[in-house]
Amino acid sequence: MDLFEYQGKQYFARYDIALSAGGVALTVDEAVNQAELAQYPVVIKAQVQVGGRGKAGGIKLANNAEEVRTHATNILGMDIKGYVVKRIWVEHASDIAEEYYASFTLDRSAKRHLLMLSAQGGVEIEQVAVTDPTAIVKLYVNPIEGLSLETARRAVVDAQISQKAIDGVAAMLVKLYECFTKGDCDLAEINPLILKPNGEVHALDAKVTLDDNAAFRHPEWDEYRATEELDEREKLAREKNLQYIGLDGTVGIIANGAGLAMSTLDVVNQVGGKAANFLDIGGGANAELMTAALEVINSDTKVKSIFINIFGGITRGDEVAKGIVEAMKRVKLRAPIVIRLDGTNAIEGREIIANAGIDESQLMSRSTMLEAARVAVELAGKN
Amino acid sequence: MAIFVNENTKVLVQGLTGGQGRFHGLRNRDYGTQVVAGVTPGKAGQDVEGIPIYDSVDAAVAATQATASFIAVPPKAAPAAILEAARAGIGFIVCITEGVPAQDEARVFATLQRDFPKTRLLGPNCPGIISPGKCNIGITAGEIAALPTKTGPNVGIVSRSGTLTYQALYELKQLNIGVSTCVGIGGDPVPGTSFVDCLAEFQSDPETHAIIMIGEIGGSAEEEAAEFITNHVTKPMSAYIAGVTAPAGKKMGHAGAIVSGGKGTAQGKMDALRNAGVMIGLNPTEACELMSQIVTAL
Repeated sequence: MDLFEYQGKQYFARYDIALSAGGVALTVDEAVNQAELAQYPVVIKAQVQVGGRGKAGGIKLANNAEEVRTHATNILGMDIKGYVVKRIWVEHASDIAEEYYASFTLDRSAKRHLLMLSAQGGVEIEQVAVTDPTAIVKLYVNPIEGLSLETARRAVVDAQISQKAIDGVAAMLVKLYECFTKGDCDLAEINPLILKPNGEVHALDAKVTLDDNAAFRHPEWDEYRATEELDEREKLAREKNLQYIGLDGTVGIIANGAGLAMSTLDVVNQVGGKAANFLDIGGGANAELMTAALEVINSDTKVKSIFINIFGGITRGDEVAKGIVEAMKRVKLRAPIVIRLDGTNAIEGREIIANAGIDESQLMSRSTMLEAARVAVELAGKN
Repeated sequence: MAIFVNENTKVLVQGLTGGQGRFHGLRNRDYGTQVVAGVTPGKAGQDVEGIPIYDSVDAAVAATQATASFIAVPPKAAPAAILEAARAGIGFIVCITEGVPAQDEARVFATLQRDFPKTRLLGPNCPGIISPGKCNIGITAGEIAALPTKTGPNVGIVSRSGTLTYQALYELKQLNIGVSTCVGIGGDPVPGTSFVDCLAEFQSDPETHAIIMIGEIGGSAEEEAAEFITNHVTKPMSAYIAGVTAPAGKKMGHAGAIVSGGKGTAQGKMDALRNAGVMIGLNPTEACELMSQIVTAL
């Protein structure tokens, strides 16, 4: 789960990472209140999960209540690359002497935590990565050893960060690492990490991605979940605990396993169709889940045919077949289903489908992925 | 021969008394796998259809000389279960558990590397491993796997995706091509066993004559495999990479872009493998048809 900047900052605050005084606002009046609390001058920042908001006019400086009103009015409701601004973050404007970059991620190849640190922080960091990769110091951290202050300090020196900022940045890195590990982040990034003229170091921005698998031990994440911006189909899928991504095509897809779901998209594309969605019903799919999946697909009015592609491992073919039959009783599907079923209990599953008494024009079985895709794409064109 | 597991492998199941553990543990036994014990704390003395349950992996190993463990426990319990098996001297651990936090996986992997370097972990979040006719650990439906032939040629399969692993097994069976071992390494961020580990084993396994590899978008495991293939694999290979048309995922901030440096797309992975001499199919069926051509020419 990707957090908004303000949520990332609130998360950072739990780990004692220094930030500017500030608060979130949903209305112009709230923005003024937050500005008074943070003290002028303040920066007003649009809360959207997309880059380039500064260039789009989503970040403004305000010196008094009147300016806060003007900018807050403009920014709230603004459309930035398709994302409508619902919240703004108002914080005391910082004097900036220098801008750095710091992040922790998991490096999949090294199977270690990776610190990336640069003295050249700011919006051009990706450019720096391309043109001057040596300006980004990479330090691998063994997850069972952790990051000591000494090691952090060495990385800061290697990154050629100013003498007066070394201790501050090193201490910040240790806290950020704590947030990354104990806080179960996939990504904890500060860009820019700033040095103020008075020598203080603090986080001017926050980019945090949380590991959804760790949600069971973080009840505090519930409030972040509540603000996630999903379309209607995605919301319904989330409620039903399905992995769903909405797309623009006409062939609704249900598959078990992310790999098979992706492969199903590929095959539909290969035979000339376009998928309406990616939907992985996962490893333990049963009748309930299949019903839910069909409800989600059925809510998409663009769908003209549904391609269910199941290969049984943990998922049992008879359960899947029961689910489809049950769902077709509960939901009036607007599109015909083409199913391809193989693997664990597939024979029992195919029998259930054949004996369900459902018209062949509404539910048809095909033996290979390609053949099923061709039929589904043809049906999507016909309807 | 086969890799990692064979007819002599003795398996204990951590979580045999749970729903998934029971279903798949018994299926594995029905397949012919030597499933010798189950482990569930507090249930020692019970049995699951004749398979004795022990309180700890230590006790199960002492009583049965189990050499491998099949872990089917919830995500909260999986890290401790893996380390318990390693401490008890288990050499091969298969963990099918889906949903283990990445931080836990990283710590478990680092702990195994430091304290139990001889223990191999497959997974978490993987379908398991099958050496057809000899041993099946995990959730693969054994009947879809073709038996290897004495004279060959036989194919080894390594895959990051669960269901695509079955797909490949199934297609090879339709094509009458024997399988030496099929390994599902799983798609989690820190898999215990990598493509490279499996390719190295297949390369030195006399029963494996050709290899199919199934990858996915994201990460750089396929690119690393391509480099290894160039330098170390002489057996012919075909491959499929899922996700050519997948929607671009949310980018992991600047850090993701910096780490990947252009790696991670299906196209990039296919190009890397093609340059390493691997034949690329545009769907799983095509990859298996290419394999059919390869083995016919052997």
